[in-house]
Amino acid sequence: MNIIALIKQVPDTAQLSPIVDGLQLMQNGQPRIVNPWDEYTLETAIQLKESHGGKVTVLCVGKPESVEALKTGLAMGADEAILISDDTLEGGDSLATARVLVKAIEKIGACDIVVGGRASIDDNHAATAVQVAALMDVPPISYVAELTVEPDAGHLKAVRLLETGRETVTTTLPAVVTVVKEINEPRYPTFIGIRKAANAEILMWTLVDLGLEAEEVGVSGSKLIRTGLEVPQAREATLELIEGAPGDAARTLAERLIEEQVI
Amino acid sequence: MQSDILVWIDQNDGAVDPIAWEAVSAARSLVMQAGGQVVALVVGDGVEDLAQSAVQRGADRAIVASGSSLAGFRVRLYAAIVQRVVESESASVILIGASQAGQELAAYVSARLGTGLASDCVGLEAGAEGLVMTRPALIGNLVATARFADDGPNVITVRRRVFSSSEPDPQRMGEVTRVDAAVAEADDVTKIESYEAAMGEVSLTDSKVVVSGGRGVGGAEGFEPIRGLADAVGGAMGASRAAVDAGWIPYAHQVGQTGKTVQPDLYIACGISGAIQHLAGMKTSKVIVAINQDPDAPIFKHAHFGIVGDLFRYVPALTEALRERLGEGPSG
Ligand SMILES: Cc1cc2nc3c(=O)[nH]c(=O)nc-3n(C[C@H](O)[C@H](O)[C@H](O)COP(=O)(O)OP(=O)(O)OC[C@H]3O[C@@H](n4cnc5c(N)ncnc54)[C@H](O)[C@@H]3O)c2cc1C
Ligand SMILES: Nc1ncnc2c1ncn2[C@@H]1O[C@H](COP(=O)(O)O)[C@@H](O)[C@H]1O
Repeated sequence: MNIIALIKQVPDTAQLSPIVDGLQLMQNGQPRIVNPWDEYTLETAIQLKESHGGKVTVLCVGKPESVEALKTGLAMGADEAILISDDTLEGGDSLATARVLVKAIEKIGACDIVVGGRASIDDNHAATAVQVAALMDVPPISYVAELTVEPDAGHLKAVRLLETGRETVTTTLPAVVTVVKEINEPRYPTFIGIRKAANAEILMWTLVDLGLEAEEVGVSGSKLIRTGLEVPQAREATLELIEGAPGDAARTLAERLIEEQVI
Repeated sequence: MQSDILVWIDQNDGAVDPIAWEAVSAARSLVMQAGGQVVALVVGDGVEDLAQSAVQRGADRAIVASGSSLAGFRVRLYAAIVQRVVESESASVILIGASQAGQELAAYVSARLGTGLASDCVGLEAGAEGLVMTRPALIGNLVATARFADDGPNVITVRRRVFSSSEPDPQRMGEVTRVDAAVAEADDVTKIESYEAAMGEVSLTDSKVVVSGGRGVGGAEGFEPIRGLADAVGGAMGASRAAVDAGWIPYAHQVGQTGKTVQPDLYIACGISGAIQHLAGMKTSKVIVAINQDPDAPIFKHAHFGIVGDLFRYVPALTEALRERLGEGPSG
């Protein structure tokens, strides 16, 4: 089975502190991590290969330093990693990114299933993988918590974790699935895996390789134009500490919450 | 430039997701600034009645696509209807509530139309140079502003519980038109096999009150007092990732970066330290209460009310105090 995993590299929010705010983190951008949702993407793709055989190709559109994320994918057990990097790709909206990913998938040729994450924690579009499905004209199956694939029958069954319950659906391959945390527990790369990944070749593709024009990607190919990015105004949460024995403190707090009209 | 805003009415078996009325309100305030009409789009099976409800909630008119193939949300079929409607309407914006189905529909439709998508917006402003959208970035640690490159029709989703919905006005009248609801089954090979509703749980993302437990509850049974408090105020139960990872409560309850984002009127964090990834999912709640035995826990920096103490003593006391003050059930 030919499995494609879409992953993104993002700033490591664990580095946020009173001195390092989100803007600094986005700008100097070190260290970076695999987008947390895409850890599940990778694990899902690798488990599919383990059950059905075949090959996992990890795809990423990003800056040159995104090779680190791809190496994590290889170290976990993916077979091939491709980075699509080009100055003209900067600042693209989700659809511009999806367009590039779809071209890359076409260039890879064989594809039975594409796996993506629910959202990227930096851009938060929660859209790119679904847009990939739309451009490929294959079914998108989102919020997947359980997945059974029958490659020979060209068929998959998934349990989707929705706001109000769990929905079981079936569809045909190829398809694009996006996964949620409940689906698995991402493995840690093994020592051997890390060593292999360190020496592995990561394919680098540019626009020319994909036959895309600069106007179709990046800022010029985007309909959503970012005009500003800032740290939100800190809201004043002046803490009112409520002291006393449980009964008294609870009555005071109940009173205050009723005054605030929040219950 | 004046043109209409098409609002998708998210419903499940005829029950409207409250986010749809929030979207109608958001659209209403935009047309008040920039002109045009709010056009509700109701898609489903046996959902004709909802058109009138949408008008009463603030739409100027409504379009209905009702047919048996449309029972149950299937993104490609619903997207086909949206595309069909867009062809005959002069909408510049397709506004959708950022429910899970809404996010999926918005992404799919924007890609099929090749137009812009601004998802999860928390602010919409009709400025002199067009619409300005505000959206959270980097899990709420940044706010991004954006505009669209052209008149689309572009797709916007609005975050839950940010735009307040208006009460229905039974006097409001508007024209209701039907569109061809026929879709070929072949257009969506995806079949819904079964659906299992989460029984007896108050929806975490819709609830006005969320009571959450973290590692401090110490075990699955430690969620009993949390549930007790949530029940007393008609609220939903949330959890930190530490509690979910420990297997004390299902993932569906997780609040935070890799869980749900909630914005209730009241968020009560019990035995939760306040890690940045947890804060990402709840820090815009209107009032935050922290109950934690460690006075230096970071959660207190974000809380409006705090109790330093053992949750197993204070949470039941609070439940009792609230039951006394509110009577039997929640005051609503
Ligand atoms: C990529 C990534 C994604 C993540 N996503 C999420 C997410 O979505 N949601 C999330 O919550 N976390 C997430 N985390 C984890 C997060 O970093 C924290 O580890 C987690 O939130 C800690 O949970 P906690 O506050 O329950 O536990 P702890 O940090 O261990 O805090 C427990 C608190 O309970 C208090 N306590 C103990 N006993 C009592 C008692 N009897 N009475 C009162 N107080 C008591 C302690 O003082 C302490 O402050 C993520 C982490 C990473 C790296
Ligand atoms: N630049 C990218 N390269 C590869 N995959 C991506 C990229 N951006 C987004 N994705 C995929 O799309 C999912 C949703 O991201 P987003 O739409 O940005 O919130 C991610 O979890 C990835 O699987």
